Amino acid sequence: MNQFPILSVMLAVPLLAGLGCLMADAKLARTIALVATLLDFALGLVLWAKFDVGGAQWQFQESLPLFSGFSWKLGIDGIALLLIELSVFLMPICVLASKAIDKRVGEYMAAFLLMEALMIGVFAAQDLYLFYIFFEAGLIPMYLIIGVWGGAERIYASYKFFLYTLLGSVLMLIAMLWMVNDAGTTDIPTLMQYDFDPAAQKWLWLAFFASFAVKMPMWPVHTWLPDAHVQAPTAGSVILAGVLLKMGGYGFIRFSLPMFPSASADYAWLIYGLSMVAVVYTSLVALVQTDMKKLIAYSSVAHMAIVTVGLFAFNTQGLEGAMIVMLSHGLVSAALFLCVGVIYDRLHTREINRYGGLSINMPYYALLFMLFTMASVGLPGTSGFIGEFLSLAGIYQQSSWVAFVSTTGIILGAAYMLYLYRRIAFGGQVNADAAAMADLNPREWLMLAPIAAAVLWMGIYPESFLAPMRGDIRAIEARLAATKPAGDAKFEMGKPPPIGEAQAEGAH
Amino acid sequence: MDWIQSLRIGAAEELLSVVGIALLVGSAWGQTRRDARAITWLAVLTLLGAAAITAPALWHGVRGADALAFSGLLSGDAFAAFAKLLIYVAAAASLLVAPAFFDKYHAMRSEYPVLVLFAVLGMGIMVSATNLLTLYVGLELNSLSAYVLAAFLKTDERSAEAGLKYFVLGALASGILLFGISLTYGFTGTIGFAGISAALSGHISMGALFGLTFVLSGLAFKISAVPFHMWTPDVYEGAPTPVTTFFASAPKVAALALTMRVALEAFGTQAAAWQQIVSFIALASILVGALGAIGQSNLKRLLAYSSINNVGFMLVGLASATPQGAAAMLVYLTIYVPMTIGGFVAILMLKDEDGNQLEGMADIAGLSRTRPMLALGLGSIMFSMAGIPFFFGFWGKFVVFQSAVNAGMVWLAAAAAVASVIGAYYYLKVLKVMYFDEPVDRVTGRSDMLHEWLLASCAVFVSPLGYLVTKGLTALTMTAAGVLFAPV
Repeated sequence: MNQFPILSVMLAVPLLAGLGCLMADAKLARTIALVATLLDFALGLVLWAKFDVGGAQWQFQESLPLFSGFSWKLGIDGIALLLIELSVFLMPICVLASKAIDKRVGEYMAAFLLMEALMIGVFAAQDLYLFYIFFEAGLIPMYLIIGVWGGAERIYASYKFFLYTLLGSVLMLIAMLWMVNDAGTTDIPTLMQYDFDPAAQKWLWLAFFASFAVKMPMWPVHTWLPDAHVQAPTAGSVILAGVLLKMGGYGFIRFSLPMFPSASADYAWLIYGLSMVAVVYTSLVALVQTDMKKLIAYSSVAHMAIVTVGLFAFNTQGLEGAMIVMLSHGLVSAALFLCVGVIYDRLHTREINRYGGLSINMPYYALLFMLFTMASVGLPGTSGFIGEFLSLAGIYQQSSWVAFVSTTGIILGAAYMLYLYRRIAFGGQVNADAAAMADLNPREWLMLAPIAAAVLWMGIYPESFLAPMRGDIRAIEARLAATKPAGDAKFEMGKPPPIGEAQAEGAH
Repeated sequence: MDWIQSLRIGAAEELLSVVGIALLVGSAWGQTRRDARAITWLAVLTLLGAAAITAPALWHGVRGADALAFSGLLSGDAFAAFAKLLIYVAAAASLLVAPAFFDKYHAMRSEYPVLVLFAVLGMGIMVSATNLLTLYVGLELNSLSAYVLAAFLKTDERSAEAGLKYFVLGALASGILLFGISLTYGFTGTIGFAGISAALSGHISMGALFGLTFVLSGLAFKISAVPFHMWTPDVYEGAPTPVTTFFASAPKVAALALTMRVALEAFGTQAAAWQQIVSFIALASILVGALGAIGQSNLKRLLAYSSINNVGFMLVGLASATPQGAAAMLVYLTIYVPMTIGGFVAILMLKDEDGNQLEGMADIAGLSRTRPMLALGLGSIMFSMAGIPFFFGFWGKFVVFQSAVNAGMVWLAAAAAVASVIGAYYYLKVLKVMYFDEPVDRVTGRSDMLHEWLLASCAVFVSPLGYLVTKGLTALTMTAAGVLFAPV
């Protein structure tokens, strides 16, 4: 208990820096924000380095009984660790990506830093109500970011974003109140082991689903996402796609699955149905988009459907796959939005056919864009492949049909992403102004290169990311084992061949 | 014999009446601006003194027979003390904001603080009443002062209209209340709360049920709950802003505390009979308050609807009819009072170059760029009223929902929570106008130092720092609310 409260410090750094930014002028605010986010990233690395893989499930725990009815209780497991890493990794990049923001820079940076603190809080909270407060409060800075610094339709988009997500969450709050009344504790680890009455679980699950499905977002409540993405400034899109969408998946894996295992099994059909529709429908919608950001936004919905499918496969592969898809999508979609931002800053349009032939005048840009496109498609060697493969392998054990339909999403994903890439990077240079654009500058390199490295790392050696959460996934799987629905795969573990034979085979 | 104790228990009221009368006499001679200011400060000091006298009762959790004064007509128990403290603070705040406002119209008169003191005296009697007649006397003393206050700007047509409207409708409500009281007396044979409670245990007769309904209707008018809310937007808009600040805070506390005491103490044995009435009123207030506010372009009207909306949320706590629910209402009130005072103080600070008051939604367009701190203060209060965490306003909604869920009224909590999303829309609209729209730069006038400090302290209270007081607040409200229920 006497250890250094690193999680609280990680929350405090951006908060204090945010207050500082409010007072500072534009130039100073940028510096403060960059330093603070880098400092938090460094703390994040320390966190990862100190995290004892295979050790206790909950580490870095802190607890202060500050409030009535709930307490300041933080702590992380492997799942939360990785999502926190993702957040602190993306934040300095967001600050770099905000070069084009020229009005009210101090407030802008303050909103982003507040956002960072709240995101870390969501993943680190170990108290149910504390989680809710962080989860909900995230709406405020995002509402301001979209509304103040967004595009032409920003006001409609900001309202839609706020009210949609708020409506989803209030029902979850009522469910939380009921749970705490029933279980007598607000401690999340305890609640994860508490057995609620199966009949009540159904209602609770639906209430949580209302919140997470909107946040995720799942079809048919995804419509706020394209609006929010298109109108948000580049860095806002990055955070929205990179981290905020992950809160929905995190909610499922932290709350819905372990707290309501029997209801999760009962409602698996609902998740499967919505996910299958989402994969096919939103992919098709993405195919016909003429706005780059909208296209990527719809592709996010499709990818998130793979996440839900993986989560509700109720087995290790599915859960691990879902987590990797979340992390990978956090990196890849963030990078894609940054790529859009790079050319948007030059030409101030997101219309796809205003570009073309960029591989001629922006070869490095085209190279990196190609890498992220491939990662989004799920090419082996990139992070996308690992996640999608594991998720689909997981769901295949549960339901061949769901696996079949979800896999078409990969094909359609390849279609719309490659089509996008062809229209932007290949072909003739039809627009003179697009042909005159300069290649990446050092700042843009600094934004994109780290993400590219991370994408490749996750694709080539995913063990670094799988190891920290292995124990936690196993715990969730054990919790789900009793109630998990029977799959149609007749899956049977094969007998490994005798040692000698295997070696002989290897010698061929 | 008992006189000493009775006088001791009623000390705060006695102080207020004596000082009130003295200041009234003094104001007959002191009619200059300086005198009016001096009398205002004296009134504020009196309120602080009354608060100091009242606080120990809350601290010691006084209850039951020890607290009764004047043969059981008044009770100086912890519950009354809690409500009175809130009332005194709210009244003091609305006194402090007044001079700067009235000076502009050369209307700062010494009667203002005196009237406020008498209204506060009436409220003190209301929240301490343990008898239907004491209740009525307190209510009328408060209302009569309030009618005059609403019309305080004699030369302003809107103010006169507000005063008249308030008077006519208030008189009607008093009539309804009195009718209910007479029915209750007729069917229970007593006007003491304890006696009514005893007489109503068991089966409730149709006549007593009518009496209960009429009493609750009269009280619903005073707390401006739907369907008796019609007067609120007009009166709030028409009355001078410091008076509106007062109306939205102190009398609200008094009327709600009174309603709690009547419902839980006098009619406590028949909770099942009024729970559905209160549930309906609560939901209707939340919905009408939220929907009505959406189209408003005047900020004072908007806050009037918002207060209807907030009362609805508080009544959710009453509907659960548990000590936890009552405590939740008190928590909500404690958060609501600074929120609403802060909101109106922010409106008071909206002035143009010549010092004229601005209160239109269009006037604050782009305020975040011309007056960032003012926008931040008003913005925090709006988010807080919308109940968005991490602002402290969330905590008020949280505890009332919690009490409803724990009392088994999950549907009520869920419906209220969903309706709160509708409410969020118009609070966001204020934010949108201040932060997203292009500046019109109409708010250019200098604001009063005192206003700035008040707004700043309200904004700090509704900020996440407010959560640090939740522990103490819970303990105090549980003590206070426990008084209304028979000891276990």
